[in-house]
Amino acid sequence: MSVNPELSGRVLPPAPPYLVGREKVREFARATGSTSPLSLDVQAARAAGHADVVAPPTFAIVVQEATLAQLLAEPDAGIDFSRVVHGEQSFSLSRPIVAGDELTATLTVTGVKNRGGVSVVTASSAMVDADGAHVVTAVSTLVVRSADGDDA
Amino acid sequence: MSALEVGQVIATTTYALSRDTLVRYAGASGDFNPIHYRDDVAASVGLPGVLAHGMLTMGTAVQPVVDWLEGSGDDSGVLGWVSSYQVKFTRPVVVDPVEGAEISVVATIADLDDEARTARVDLTVTHAEKTVLGRAQVVVTLA
Repeated sequence: MSVNPELSGRVLPPAPPYLVGREKVREFARATGSTSPLSLDVQAARAAGHADVVAPPTFAIVVQEATLAQLLAEPDAGIDFSRVVHGEQSFSLSRPIVAGDELTATLTVTGVKNRGGVSVVTASSAMVDADGAHVVTAVSTLVVRSADGDDA
Repeated sequence: MSALEVGQVIATTTYALSRDTLVRYAGASGDFNPIHYRDDVAASVGLPGVLAHGMLTMGTAVQPVVDWLEGSGDDSGVLGWVSSYQVKFTRPVVVDPVEGAEISVVATIADLDDEARTARVDLTVTHAEKTVLGRAQVVVTLA
């Protein structure tokens, strides 16, 4: 089964708001090899003008994940999770994410291409803060292999 | 701060990944796909071994840029912040249960935009002398 081309352009309902926790920022920073005082030390972050610890550049993937789960759960999507490979990823930020931010992410399917037994789905998740101001857009390109022997 | 120049190498670093690193990232990120910690599951889907999460490699590879921006502990102040970051996942990183895996990162200034006050930093990220992230570009907004 290939991915439903009619997914392209679909906007999913906003995911439930994600509250960025201070310890989650620290945990994610340590897990990605960071020793950044801005991510680990509240005083250092405040001295640099931030309200709280600053999330590492790829932290938004944690928030985006819920929107990708929504996409995979779309009943007509035709995306078999066990056949998905992460092809590309990008983050575009209007400002750094800091602990205390409440982010609401909305996923838009910006492209579906089916070719030679492989589907390429591009999903763009835009995240706004509690004031509705844009914080970050995370874009994932997912490569979905068709089942063996299926050339669709 | 001294002037930045296109072609300037701002960091050359290596990071050691172990199975412990993978489990820690799984917990921190919420990505519990078992191909990142179970040899039997990795083998059953035809992989050469347990793989590092692509997002772990992406997240680790940008750290030298973050360190550079934050002055690496000296008093030079914060140079700027990462306002965009993109990669292509071109090759998986197999993490041996005993030996782990090492990734090497070279970060080079590729472009400067004086008007927008941004710098583009390109990353060369390798494992076992092969590139694992393609078109890895970080845009830094300068303070």
